[in-house]
Amino acid sequence: MASSSSYNSPCAACKFLRRKCMPGCIFAPYFPPEEPQKFANVHKIFGASNVSKLLNDLLPHQRDDAVNSLAYEAEARVRDPVYGCVGAISFLQRQVDRLQKELDAANADLIRFACAGAIPPSPAPHAAVVGTPRQRGGGGGGGGGFYQTPHSNYTFPYNYHCPWNGGYNPHGGGGDM
Amino acid sequence: MKDSNSRKQGAASPCAACKLLRRRCAEDCVFAPYFPAEEPHKFASVHKVFGASNVNKMLQDLPEHQREDAVSSLVYEANARVRDPVYGCVGAISSLQQQIDALQTQLALAQAEAVHMRMRHYSSSAECASPSTRGRRSHNHHPKSSESFWH
Repeated sequence: MASSSSYNSPCAACKFLRRKCMPGCIFAPYFPPEEPQKFANVHKIFGASNVSKLLNDLLPHQRDDAVNSLAYEAEARVRDPVYGCVGAISFLQRQVDRLQKELDAANADLIRFACAGAIPPSPAPHAAVVGTPRQRGGGGGGGGGFYQTPHSNYTFPYNYHCPWNGGYNPHGGGGDM
Repeated sequence: MKDSNSRKQGAASPCAACKLLRRRCAEDCVFAPYFPAEEPHKFASVHKVFGASNVNKMLQDLPEHQREDAVSSLVYEANARVRDPVYGCVGAISSLQQQIDALQTQLALAQAEAVHMRMRHYSSSAECASPSTRGRRSHNHHPKSSESFWH
């Protein structure tokens, strides 16, 4: 009769697994009974045993983020069994590449403007690139110092077909990681 | 001995999955086409993160022509999770989104500056072309034109 967990009802994990939710249940803090789908997805993709091992290997303050990222990946994989959230990475990587090219072209235009002192009639959709505020202040080095972007630490070897036209977010909101 | 030999599959050695799981690699092993024996680490990370049973179910649920891509993405996710047990490949998504935000901001600023330069150039060209405006101070127009541009 006595509920072993601190909640009146077992956590979503123990409910799903049909077992007693003990006081030190590793899943209880992260899989509340009000969110049954979260654990269902995670269990389907990763398995309860793997999740339990993973959480046990982490420090307590890291587990919340780990569960959130696992839930995100699991939901993405349920929605797209072939690519999962890797499809989103591919899509975003292409956006980065496209924007980088546009920025490079814009920078090149600005350099031309700055050097020639004349503005050619540019039919290109991207306007000339700005000299960076940093460059204005310091005078920059010869022609360089325009907008630069940090390089990604992630190189994506695949070229997946992306079903998304817009941004990807299985939760329907902003990335909350 | 002869029976076991005749029962053995055509492949010379079991696939990486069956090797790790220490089981006989059947001819119709679902893992064999995607986890060759020469790449043991590929299955090791997938097994560690997803579990062989889950991967088996996932592959069985997919038509054959989609399985290779599915395995590639699973391997990618598994490796990312092994490297970063807290965020896995979701860390990559977050990082890419931040990059996109930064790039969009920089591009917008660059394009705005270019338009500004173009406006200045056109207004100074117009003053040079028109002698009647020579009497006016040319720089008086710049603030107005820039103000009208910026506001």
